[in-house]
Amino acid sequence: MAEMTKRPWFLPLLLLLTALAFVPAVRAQDRVIGDDEVNAVAKNLYCPVCPNTPLDVCETQACQDWRAEIRIQLSSGWTEEEVMAYFVERYGERVLAEPERGGFTSLVWILPVVALVVGLAIVIQALRSWRARKQQAVAGDVAALAADAGTVSPEARARIERELQDLL
Amino acid sequence: MLANIGLAALTVSFLLGIYATAVSAYGGWRGDARGLALAESARNATLLVVPFLTISVLVVTYALYSLDFRLAYVAGVSSRAMSPFLRLTALWGGQAGSLLFWSWLMAGFVATVLWRKWEADHELMPYFIAVAMLTTTFFIGLVVFITNPFAQLWHLTGSGEIVEAVFRPAGAIAFVPPDGNGLNPLLRHFGMIGHPPTTYLGFTGFVIPFAFAISALLTGKSREDQWIRTSRRWTLVAWIFLSIGLVLGGRWAYDVLGWGGFWGWDPVENAMLMPWLTGTAFLHSVMITEKRGMLKVWSVILIILTYALALFGTFITRTGVISSVHAFGKTALGPVFFVFIAVTFFGSIWLLLKRLDTLKTEHELESFLSREAAFLFQNLLFLAITFVVFLGTVFPLLSEAVTGTKITVGPPYFQKATGPLFGALVLMMATAPLFAWRKQSAGRLGRAIFTPFIGSILIAGVWGYTHRMHPGSYFALWVASFVVIAILFEFYKGIRARMKRGENPLVALARLVGRNHRRYGGYVIHLGVMMIGLAFIGDIYFQDETQRALARGESMTLGEYELRFDDLEMYPGSDGREVLEATTSLFRDGEFVANLNPRRDFFVVQQQPMTIPDVYTTAAEDIYVLLVGWEEVGLTSSTFKIYRNPLILWAWVGGLVLILGTGIAVWPEARRKKQTSYVLKPTTRAATAARPATGD
Amino acid sequence: MAEMIRKREPETVPQEGVATQERTLSLPQGETGAEQSARRWLSTILVYAAVAGLLLLLGWGLVKVNSGQVDSGLAPDFTITGFEGETITLSELRGRPVIINFWASWCPPCREEAPYLEATWRKYKDLGVVFIGVDYADTESKALEYIEEFDITYFNGPDLGTRISQAYRMDGVPETYFVAKNGELRGVHVGPLYPPKLDEKIEELLAEEYP
Repeated sequence: MAEMTKRPWFLPLLLLLTALAFVPAVRAQDRVIGDDEVNAVAKNLYCPVCPNTPLDVCETQACQDWRAEIRIQLSSGWTEEEVMAYFVERYGERVLAEPERGGFTSLVWILPVVALVVGLAIVIQALRSWRARKQQAVAGDVAALAADAGTVSPEARARIERELQDLL
Repeated sequence: MLANIGLAALTVSFLLGIYATAVSAYGGWRGDARGLALAESARNATLLVVPFLTISVLVVTYALYSLDFRLAYVAGVSSRAMSPFLRLTALWGGQAGSLLFWSWLMAGFVATVLWRKWEADHELMPYFIAVAMLTTTFFIGLVVFITNPFAQLWHLTGSGEIVEAVFRPAGAIAFVPPDGNGLNPLLRHFGMIGHPPTTYLGFTGFVIPFAFAISALLTGKSREDQWIRTSRRWTLVAWIFLSIGLVLGGRWAYDVLGWGGFWGWDPVENAMLMPWLTGTAFLHSVMITEKRGMLKVWSVILIILTYALALFGTFITRTGVISSVHAFGKTALGPVFFVFIAVTFFGSIWLLLKRLDTLKTEHELESFLSREAAFLFQNLLFLAITFVVFLGTVFPLLSEAVTGTKITVGPPYFQKATGPLFGALVLMMATAPLFAWRKQSAGRLGRAIFTPFIGSILIAGVWGYTHRMHPGSYFALWVASFVVIAILFEFYKGIRARMKRGENPLVALARLVGRNHRRYGGYVIHLGVMMIGLAFIGDIYFQDETQRALARGESMTLGEYELRFDDLEMYPGSDGREVLEATTSLFRDGEFVANLNPRRDFFVVQQQPMTIPDVYTTAAEDIYVLLVGWEEVGLTSSTFKIYRNPLILWAWVGGLVLILGTGIAVWPEARRKKQTSYVLKPTTRAATAARPATGD
Repeated sequence: MAEMIRKREPETVPQEGVATQERTLSLPQGETGAEQSARRWLSTILVYAAVAGLLLLLGWGLVKVNSGQVDSGLAPDFTITGFEGETITLSELRGRPVIINFWASWCPPCREEAPYLEATWRKYKDLGVVFIGVDYADTESKALEYIEEFDITYFNGPDLGTRISQAYRMDGVPETYFVAKNGELRGVHVGPLYPPKLDEKIEELLAEEYP
């Protein structure tokens, strides 16, 4: 027994612990990403080379490569924002389906609101002035009516009643 | 040779067009009896354009059908593999043919308007012909000089190049390819027979009200109202064609693109939508003009804007200035077209501003709670939506011009930016018909709205309780059911009132509608629009999808549906394509429902794939299955994508209802032409002074 | 309902037996004639300006669509970082002919010209010619696979943000641009290059005097 090779008694335990330390990292790499998850991200991106084609429906080889790339990125734990930022950096802003809210493109979001507000103001102002004019006219009419009450002949009145009846 | 006849006919029609334009313009300028006689001659010339253009169209069609590859156009869009049906539709499959087709339709429209002798508007005729024929001749000119379908292919003996030209270049010999390229695979579909013709009829039709408006402004007849009535009728014709074109386009995209949806907010699609929006706004504002004599300036602005947007739409489609999936190939059309629209835009605005005083009338409004005010707000909404769509379409170009960065403005933007506006519009569609002219009493309005309002709240509430989903969807459903119930309630009230006089329900309905075509036709149109709106609501809020790879015999699930992959086979198909077809079985709650066979067609010559879905349709939803991936070797595993598209059937049904409603609305009423002794709107001073205050 | 019977006159036109009512000017409250015409002037100018602006934009777009690749004048400058980390700036390469080739791993015609490009590079690299491979809209892993497949040894880097291809108005891969010693463009070849086209072009560029 004296000639046994000198090995630290804790070596197997050390090895086991070291192996265990790797397990969580390996699991993170191995997350299986289904097609639906890839499509959910690809939906918000546009194909960089085809005109106006969303990335989740585009069928070209290039788009398949990009979807594969998204799959790898998602399985490495990237968030959707990180994936999209990566695509913007590599392929330009046009891969975004929705224009950014900052910079020059903020105009595309702001102008409709401005236009609606301006339009609303114009319409309301117009309606108000028309109503005011009408109120003036009504005032004038009331005076004129008082001046010539009785110009409606009974025959005309009867005829009007008849025609109203016909409309029904 | 037949092509020579076609070319000659085309050239003659161009010359006739020039003659008609020049002579009628001169006649209009003269403004006297001689001028009218000249206009008569121009009218004859215009009518003659149609048979000559028809000859050209028939020649090209025959050449496409008989595969006459001497013509460059035929070599470009036709091929031996294509079926006879497709060869005929190839007339509008490429730039040159589709421009010829467009010109032919436009000439046909103008001739139809001129066919019957004009009594009411005969003073407008000279300038009408001038404007309408200027436009038509322009388009014919594009066909003659720039993209001519009678051009042939020539082999230059010097450089060895193949060029396209109408007349033989020096030192060249005719080149006849053995086969043509054939139509773009995406166009080889039944939808090709319906969508382009109706769309073109819609676009070209808008030249008619435009010509009326311009001629009214030029002659000063804009002081009167008759021409607006005539404009309205023709706008309705163009509008219904454009509406059908939109629905057919959506249907085609749904069947063939494999994107699971029917509206992509692509620039060319938007280009069709914008004139439709302003055209619809016009059809409403003109009601105010007819009933109250107000808003004439605005109505004219809308007519001009609609036509301008139609021109803009065709410009961006044919020149490729804004990138789109619908692009035609590059041609030299751009510069000339650009000059034409610049002249049209500036000319119309200048004329309108110059004659503004002829249109202005005194506007009076009794109350904010009136149909006039409601229409004004509705018009505002339509214009706001048009602005958003226009901005989104043009913005990529603007951004690139200003910052140099290319961007995309896609569906998420359009949905977010127009969604609330459409929601408000639909709400108006439910309530505005209940508003009386001049002044609506709040009490009566409340009573009229009560039933639809409560009914729709109930429906939305029950739905929301049973299906927990996106909150925006509750609002959308509430608004949609509000409209439907409100419209049906109007019918119900009317029928019930008549039934009290002893009529049975069907007769009551017929008489009710018969008495007032425009009103009830309008209700039916609104119903149709709401159905289409339902399909959009289903698409935006309730669409569901999933994708998975399956081995044979394996299944995937989407909600209560299960799709089992049975078989995959490859075989040569019609038209020079290789078909890869999958057989699948669809189950719902465990029970077999249907066999669905999605396909991937590969067109060998063009090296282009086409994904063709198979769809299981019910009233509530479509189950739309695509074959998106497969193993090259062994054909064992395949990847499928399933979309659940709720309520999409209603888009197509709604389209039919729309047509029905328009038919009802335009059907002439068998009314006795009786003069009533009172007039509900003030007309011009001159007309008023001429007519006595009471009596016939 | 006298309203329905009487047609009211917009202006003060005398009617028999009806007392006419003096009307104030039919203008919106509180505006003078001068203010109204100023408003009209402003709207007119705005409308014309808007239409002119739109046409300007469309015209610019038209010019852009109809102009092809940049094939003459000074070659647009750029800085590109290669797959192996090194950086090149075009303007620093004066005195040497530069061949700029746009490619992508998903592009079949690019594969056709790849061996010829690499062979030509090896032939001329000691004579001072620079080859720059610009990888257009590609994924890095596929690009590296492509480079390895064809054993490409000249510089290659991704076109980040597609800025370089936009600067050259590149239409589609593959395209090759020829830059002379003085930095000027001597043309573009659209599509795959076949022998002896590239050799001939390089000989031309080498033969040019500089400075």
